[in-house]
Amino acid sequence: MIAVKQMVAALQMQLPVNRSALFLILLTVGLCAATIVSLGMGGVEISVGDVFVHLGQRIGVTEVGIDAFDARILDSLRLPRILRAIVIGAGLGLAGAVMQSLFRNPIADPGIIGVSASAAFGAVTMIVAGHLILGTYYAAFGPYGVPVAAFGGAVLATVVISILSRQDGRTDAAIMLLIGVAINAIAFAGVGVFTYMADDAQLRSLTFWQMGALSGNGPTDMPALIVMVLGIAYLIRLGTPLNLFLLGEAEARHLGVEVEHLKRRATVITALVVGAAVAVSGIIGFVGLVAPHLVRLATGPDNRYVLPASAMGGAIILTAADAVARIIVLPAELPIGLVTGIVGGPFFLGLLIVEKKRRRL
Amino acid sequence: MTLMAHKADFKVRGRYLLRDVSIAVTPGEVLAILGPNGAGKSTLLKVLAGEISPSGGRVFQNGRPLSSISALDLAQERAVMPQAASMTFPFTVFDVVALGRAPFRKVSTRQFDKKQVRRAIELADITHLQNRAYPALSGGEKQRVHLARALVQLWGVKDATGKSGASEDCDRTSAARFLLLDEPTAGLDVSHQHAVLALARREAKEYGVGVLMILHDFNQVLTYADQVAVLTAGEVVAQGPVTNVMAPDLLSSVFKSPIRAIDDPVGGVVLVNQSA
Repeated sequence: MIAVKQMVAALQMQLPVNRSALFLILLTVGLCAATIVSLGMGGVEISVGDVFVHLGQRIGVTEVGIDAFDARILDSLRLPRILRAIVIGAGLGLAGAVMQSLFRNPIADPGIIGVSASAAFGAVTMIVAGHLILGTYYAAFGPYGVPVAAFGGAVLATVVISILSRQDGRTDAAIMLLIGVAINAIAFAGVGVFTYMADDAQLRSLTFWQMGALSGNGPTDMPALIVMVLGIAYLIRLGTPLNLFLLGEAEARHLGVEVEHLKRRATVITALVVGAAVAVSGIIGFVGLVAPHLVRLATGPDNRYVLPASAMGGAIILTAADAVARIIVLPAELPIGLVTGIVGGPFFLGLLIVEKKRRRL
Repeated sequence: MTLMAHKADFKVRGRYLLRDVSIAVTPGEVLAILGPNGAGKSTLLKVLAGEISPSGGRVFQNGRPLSSISALDLAQERAVMPQAASMTFPFTVFDVVALGRAPFRKVSTRQFDKKQVRRAIELADITHLQNRAYPALSGGEKQRVHLARALVQLWGVKDATGKSGASEDCDRTSAARFLLLDEPTAGLDVSHQHAVLALARREAKEYGVGVLMILHDFNQVLTYADQVAVLTAGEVVAQGPVTNVMAPDLLSSVFKSPIRAIDDPVGGVVLVNQSA
C-alpha cells in the first residue's frame, strides 16, 4: 500500500489530476491485469501471450487463434468464472462500503449484520427440506429453487432488521447493527441445525454454501448477476449523500438528504446485491470488509471515491483469491471463502496495525 | 417571509415536550431561546429545522408549510449548527466544511465552493486546523468546524458582495435564509464564544439572515440578541424584545435561582446569579 501511495504521489507531480481519481485509474489497470493473469492460471497453464492472442481473436483484432483445447478452457470455464468473480467481488466490496456509511460504523459488513448468513440459511433450508416445503412444486422450481431461497433469506433478514430497528418513525443505526448481529447468530444456528440433519449428498452441497465457490450453476446464475449489476449501478452513485450521512442522520437531513428514504432504499438494494451474490457463490466473507478499508487507506474517507474504488477493489481481490483457490491444491479446488479468510484475515490485521500507528496523536 | 411555528405541539406517548408554541424567526434579527435544561429548547429547534414534525400546530418557512418542502429545498434556505456531531471517519477539517456545500452541488461551481469554504474557515478561526483529521480535534474546535460548515451552507450561491457564484441562474435569491444554532458557545473559550456570536449577529445585520440561537448566558442574550423567548416545561412563558423580557423577577422564577441586575459602569446592566 505504501509503495502504491508513493507511486501515486510521484505520478501526481507530473499530472494535474486529483490523487483519488488517479487511484481509480490505477485500480482499473489492476483489475485488467488481475483478469489477464488469472485467465492463464489453473490446472492447464496458458501463457499470458496466448491469453492476449485469444482475447484479440474473440474481439476480432487478430485472425489467428490459439490451440482449440486452450480456447475451450478459456471460453467455457475461466472467462465465465472470472466474470462471476468480478461482478460478485464488486457487489460485495460496494455493499460493504455502503453499509459502513449507512451504519456510520467501520466494522459494518453484510457478513456481520446477518444478511449473508440469512441468505445461506435460505439456501440450506431449500437443499435439506425443500421437497417437504414445496411438495409437488419442488420439481417446477428446478435449479432456481436454491438461489431464489437464498435471495429470499437475504431480503427477509433485511426487512426484519429494518422493522425491528424502527421506533417513533425513525431508525437507530446502532440498534440496527446490534439487531443484525442477533439475526446473524440465529441464521447460523439455523444453518447448523440443517447441517446436523443433512445426509451425505446434502452435506457436500451445504459446504458449498457455507464456504463459497465461484464454479457457478451455469445459465441459472444469470438473473442474480443481472440484479447485482443493476444494484451496483444504483449504489455506486450514492457518494455525496452517504458522505453527509457520516456526519450524522440529523445533519444529513439539515443538508438536504431525505434520510429515511435514502436509508430504506440503500438498505434494500444492498440486501438484494448481497442476496444475489450468495445465491450465485455462497458465503464469501471478508471482501465486504477488507476492500473498503484498503481503499480508504489510499483515498481517504470520501465516498465519492470510496464507493467506485471499493467495487474495483472487491473485484480485484476476488479475482486474485479465485486464482489462488484454483491452483493451490491441484487438481482439486479450495473453497474461495477459505482463501479470502486465510489470506484476508492476517492481511487485514496487518493493515489495522499500520492504521493504528497512523492515528497516534 | 419568516421561519415560524404556529401553535406547535410535540407529544411523545402522551407527554408534551412542546405545548402550544408560537414563535417566529425574522430576517435580520437574532432570536435567543432561553430556558432551563429539559425545557424543550432543542426539540423546538428540531421542529423548526424540519427534523421532527410537530404533533399539533404548523411550521412555515417563507410562507410554505414545512411538511410540503423537500429536504433539499429546506437545506438551500436554512442551515443548522448542531450541538455535537460525532464522526468516526477521518475526514479533514476542510472536507467537513465543504460538506456544507452539498445542497448546492447541482447549481454551484467547484471553484466558487472552494472560495466560500476558505472564507468560512478563516472566519471560524480554524485555518491552522484545515488539514487535520476531524475526529482528532477537541470539542471546541469541532464546534467551530460546524459553524464554518453552517456558514458555507447559509451563504448559498451568493458571495460576500452579493454577486452570484452559481453556474446558472438560481431563483432563490428572494427567499429569506435562516441560521439555527444549538448552544453554539458550548465548549468554546471566552474569546471564541464572542467570535461565534458576533459572526451570527453579523449574518443577521449585514445579510438579513434570520438567526435563532439557544443560549444559556443571560448577558450574551443581552449583548447579541434582539428578541428572546423563554421556555419552561415545553411552553413559552415570555417572549419579546430582549430589554422587556430579561427582567430579574421573571428569570429568577423560571430558573429557580435568585438573579439580580447590576448597573454596569460602562453602561447598561449585567445580570448576575447570586445565591445565598
